[in-house]
This record gives sequence, C-alpha cells and structure tokens, in this order.
Amino acid sequence: MVKTDTFERGVHPHDSKELTAHKPIEKAHLPKRVVIPLSQHIGAPAKAEVNIGEEIKKYQLIGSPPGFVSAPVHASLSGKVIAIGDFLHPSGRMIPSIVIESDGKDEGVPLKDNPDYLRLSPDEIKGLIRDAGIVGLGGAAFPTSVKLSPPKEKPVDTVILNGAECEPYLTADHRLMVERPREIVNGLKLIMKALGVSKGYIGIENNKPDAIEAMEAVVANESDIEVRTLTVKYPQGAEKMLIKAIIGREVPPKGGLPMDVGVVVQNVGTALAIYEAVRYGKPLIERVVTVTGKGIREPKNMMVRIGTMLTELLEDCGGLVDGAVKVIVGGPMMGFAQWSLDVPVVKGTSGILVQTEEDFFPSEEYFTCIRCGRCVDVCPMGLNPSMLSILSEKGHYEEAKEYNLFDCFECGSCAFVCPSKRPMVQFIRLAKSQTKP
Amino acid sequence: MAVEAKKEQLIVSVSPHIRDEETVSRIMWSVNFALFPALVASFYYFGPRAIFVTALCIVTSVLSEYVFQRALKKKITISDGSAFLTGLLLGMNLPPSLPFYIPIVGSFIAIIITKQLFGGLGYNIFNPALIGRAFLLITWPKAMTTWSAPTASFVALDAKTTATPLGLLKEEGIGKLIEEFGSKGDLYINLLIGSRAGSLGETSVIFLLLGAAYLLYKRYITWHIPVSFLATVGVLAWAFGGKDGLFTGDPLIHLLSGGLILGAFFMATDYVTCPTIRKGQIIFGVGCGAITMLIRLKGGFPEGVMFAILLMNCFSPLIDRNVKPELFGTVKEKK
Repeated sequence: MVKTDTFERGVHPHDSKELTAHKPIEKAHLPKRVVIPLSQHIGAPAKAEVNIGEEIKKYQLIGSPPGFVSAPVHASLSGKVIAIGDFLHPSGRMIPSIVIESDGKDEGVPLKDNPDYLRLSPDEIKGLIRDAGIVGLGGAAFPTSVKLSPPKEKPVDTVILNGAECEPYLTADHRLMVERPREIVNGLKLIMKALGVSKGYIGIENNKPDAIEAMEAVVANESDIEVRTLTVKYPQGAEKMLIKAIIGREVPPKGGLPMDVGVVVQNVGTALAIYEAVRYGKPLIERVVTVTGKGIREPKNMMVRIGTMLTELLEDCGGLVDGAVKVIVGGPMMGFAQWSLDVPVVKGTSGILVQTEEDFFPSEEYFTCIRCGRCVDVCPMGLNPSMLSILSEKGHYEEAKEYNLFDCFECGSCAFVCPSKRPMVQFIRLAKSQTKP
Repeated sequence: MAVEAKKEQLIVSVSPHIRDEETVSRIMWSVNFALFPALVASFYYFGPRAIFVTALCIVTSVLSEYVFQRALKKKITISDGSAFLTGLLLGMNLPPSLPFYIPIVGSFIAIIITKQLFGGLGYNIFNPALIGRAFLLITWPKAMTTWSAPTASFVALDAKTTATPLGLLKEEGIGKLIEEFGSKGDLYINLLIGSRAGSLGETSVIFLLLGAAYLLYKRYITWHIPVSFLATVGVLAWAFGGKDGLFTGDPLIHLLSGGLILGAFFMATDYVTCPTIRKGQIIFGVGCGAITMLIRLKGGFPEGVMFAILLMNCFSPLIDRNVKPELFGTVKEKK
C-alpha cells in the first residue's frame, strides 16, 4: 500500500469514473452558435466590447473587466454577434451574455509563440494571465490573476496544484494529467514564478495511478516540485482539505483563505490554461468537460468551446438515453441540476452528468432528523450539520450562526450520509440567505 | 432520445445528487435484528411467557402508532421499525411473568405519551421504552419486581420466583450472592450466559454483546456511550462497592448484572435521546454510569440503569448546545 495523505472525516461515494477515465480527450464539434456570459467568474461582470452584427474572430476580446476582481471574456469561435442580452446560465440565473453565430471557418486572431516564456517577470506573467481571462477551472471560477496577487502582509511560500478531482464521475483533470503533464508542470512553474515561491506540490487521488505516473515522470528532475498521492475521499479536492492533507496547515475559519497559511491552490486545468496563455497568448476559450452518467449514450471527455450549448454538446455525445431524467452541470456532489438544456458551457463547467430514473433518488421526500450524528462524523469542517438543518427548518437563522453556519462550504457530505435523506445543503443555503455572516 | 424532447421534463433538485444507501428504517431494523440473539436466550431461560410479553409489547406499540397516526391523518410510519424497536426493548426490560394488561399499558405510554405526543420519531426527549417501563414500575411496583428463576428449557410455563443478583447484593450482601450461585466463578459464568433472574431480555450478556458487536461493526452505534457508561460503572463499583473500604468492590458483578449491558449498548445509544456529538456522548455515558451507581449503592432500588438513562436524556439538549465539534482551522497545526 502506498502511503496516502488526507484530511479528517469526509465520505466515500462510489467514484463512477470508469465510464470515462480511459477515454482520451476528444475535440467537440465546432458549435453552430455560442452563448458567452459576461460573468463566468466571481467578481464584477465584464463589459461588452462588441455590438450586434459585428463580425468577430476567435480569441478576440468581447468583454473587458471593469475592475480588479473580474476577468475578460473572449470569442470562442469566429462569426457574427447576433444577440446581446440576458441568457440562462448554469447557476440558474439570467446573466448578460453575448451570442455569436459561427461562420464555420473558425478563424482566429493569430497567436505568437514565446519560447522564452519562463524568463518573463512575475508582473508580465500575471498580466498575460489576466488578459487571457483565466479563472479557476476547478469550478469556483475565481479570477486567477487576483489569486496570484496576494497582499504583501500575506507571504505565500507554497503552491499546490489540485489534481484530486474528488467529485465522482469527473475525469477532465485526470485526462489532462495523463495527456498533457509537461504543459501542466510548465504552468505550475509559471504560477510559482509569479508568486516568487520555491515549493510546489501536485496532489492526486490514489484512484488515478496513470495520472500519478505521468506527472511523476515529468517532475522527476524537478527538485522543487513534488507529486503527492492522496487518499480517495470526498471532498479531498476542497482547497482547505487539500492543504491540510499535503502540508498539514489548517486555513483559519470565519473567512480565512489559503493565503493566510501561505498557500495558493490552483487546479491542474488552470495550470494548463496558464501555460497556454503565457507562452502563446491564448485566451481561455475552451476547456475539458466530462460528459458522463448512465443517461448519456457515449460518455466522453470533450474539449469544448466556452459558450457551447448543452443541447449541442449532449448530441455530440450520442444524445440522451430514454430514461434520462436529470442533467447536472458539475459533479454529483456539488453540481447544479438544470431545468433547461439551453445553457452554455462556461469556464467553470468541469462536467455534465446525466442521471436516469435508476440513479434518481426522490429527494422531495425526507424525514425528521433522528440526530444519529452521521453528518457530524463526516463534516470536513467540523460543524454540526444536524443542528444547522434543524435550526434552519425552524427558521432560527440567527441561532445557526452560533453553530458556525458560514463556515460550511456546501460540499454535501452531510446530505450524502443522512439516513433521513434530508436536503441538508438546501437548509444551510436557506439559513445563509436569511442572515449575514 | 432527442435532446430537444427532453427539455421540459427535467428533474431539478438540490445537490448532492447521489446518496448512500442507509435509511432510518434500515438502521432501526438492524437494531431489532441485533437484539434477536438475546431474545432467543430469554425464550430459552424463561419459556414462552418471555415471548408472549415481548410480542404483546411489539403489537401494542406498532398498533398504537398506527391508530394515532391514522386518527391524526399523519403519515403512517410503522414500517420504519422504530415502533417495533420500542416494543421489543420495552418487552425485554420487563419481568417474564406479568399480567397481560401491564405490557399493553406500558407500550401505550411509550408510543403515545413519550413519542407521538412530542411529535413522533426524532422529537421525543426521553427514551420511549424506558418511560413506559418507569411508568409500569411506579404503577405496579409489586408485579414489576417479581422475578422468575431461569429454567433453561424453552418450555417453562411457570417458574418459582426469586431475587435478582443485584437485589440479593443489596439486601443480603455479596457473600449471600456468591453462595446462591455456588462460587464466584459460577456467578460470573451465569451472569454472562444469562442464567439468572431479571428482566427477560437483559440477562444474557453474551448474546447482547454479540448484537452490540454487530451494531458497532455496522457503525450504527459507536463506542463512546457504552464504553464511558461501562467504565464509569466499573470504576465506581470498584471504588465504592466494597464492604471493606475504598477500592475493594467487585466491578465485574456490577458490569454483568441488571440492565447495564442492554441499557448501555441499546438504550443509552438511542440517537434521538442522546447527544449528537461524540465528545458530548462521553459526558452522557459518564453521567449514566454515575447515576446508575449512585442508585445501586445508595438508592432505594437495587438497579438504576433505567433512571440513569432517563435523567441523562434531560441533559442531551444542554450537552449538544455546549459541546461542539472542533471547527476546522481552530486546531493547532501538527506538522
């Protein structure tokens, strides 16, 4: 047995990655049109820089950031802007978006190779990352350049690349690590350079031996980069749990950030995007999406243009099977169930999971809390989810704060194990929405 | 199926979209199952009367829950195994020979007064089976403390009455107790296998432990309450249980007698009425052990497990309010 690193508590859902783990990343068909939301990141939405009717090229800037905590957006194909307005986003909200109809030519603004990219200064690196519109591709979509600019009073000494991919079903990061390990490590080097950090780790869960092997082969001669094997446990890939597992530091509660313990965590997909942005000036216009589940005919890992509609992407994977009832953007533990398939793939979309009646658990029926404490035993944050759910159910939102309501990051481990099948995350979100930290 | 046709029929629900297989009813039925070996042992020692009393409790419990929920137009939950469990536990906590109406009244009190009037499963403050038993003990003190001697034959329809080991210990001292069983070794063995007078399901320590081991293995219960409960009883029995001064008591007799094993593994661990947080459960277990020994050594009753658990049930909400799990990030880093 290999020694693996991990955090305390957590859950062990079946990982269901066998559907796509061995399938190489395929290029999705060029979409007929793309809907590109101006807000695909945490922070201020970008401002549209194009007008309806304008002919544009791939990689062209179409939305610029109005402030520091924001990110630009770029055209993911060439064609004509046919609409600018509010469109449905996978989060369930209507978001100002730019719709581009493809001209089928896929012509891009020329990119320039800079083989000397490793000699760029930290500020130049951060500038290129910002201009490329890179955000965290693990799902949270926080603007990467902001994360790479910690304030002076928070010295950072460690970078951790997150290859845990602890969400069941998802294999996007897995495939990237197997297929493009060298570029990922180059991205890590750029992140370390940008932060002036000399120690980097890559954390990978033990259920991806081929990814561990591939990454280890690349870093064999790098003394300052280390691959760490992680226990297969959810939510191993949550930033705080990952840091705890690899270097034993605990991010403080009440809004503490990784930089408070001298760490910056980036997803492996983000590292690849950083490499491409810094070396070639390539904006973030595509990403790997795992399209999977019993409800999809041909589960695959796809390289997908940002803005591709789910309808088109699902057809690209053979369409839905007859019993398909639920389409989730993201993984099964934290993803969002969609009520419409007219939503685009955005920068933070790591997977699309289609469940069938066989998978489906009728979550509208739940029972009272019997206070068995299973949720307490699995909560990675050390909360009492049972109490939070009961207080929220009764409308005692203020009191829930005494039980550290706002330290919950909604990983869903409590709901996963709840024998009463209570919608724990819903209760906690409701309480959060009704009170202030 | 075409993607287009699917659009209007999608199910939307909150994450997570996968759940594990445990359900309340699966847990409850597993606890019922874990009690089965001890129930068979009670049949062996006390004959068909033991089964009759237990069956009466189970039938009345389940029926009471059904009628109550039916009358109030609530969802019928009798299939979740919790009313069955309350009946089973109450039955196992009763003397083997009782007039038929006593188990019926006890089950009614347990299910209607203790459980349903507080809102049903999850809302009750006290362990229903134990409140049922406490009511019976107060109402029919004579019948509830008349114990049958074990016969080890499966068939005994009637048996002579005798005192429980704890009763003997209290009234006549340890010398008489050992004399009754032959030797100290015989006493331990009989206590372990259950060949002694007592509540019908509490006597067979070995079979109760078998069931408890199953529950521990399935992680339906954890060690915290039973171990802290038993350890407290053991230490206090050793410290204060002897005639010849401090630390001369015999902890084993106290650990193996009365309703301690049944109470510590199957009743004090009742999810609804014990604290949720493991640290709090240790406080709860220690409290149960201390009150048990206070009653056994200084109180008017020879046995105190029932009152100990019921009294500690009152503290569960207070303990949960004040003993919180360790919030991530508040612990000093170890590396």
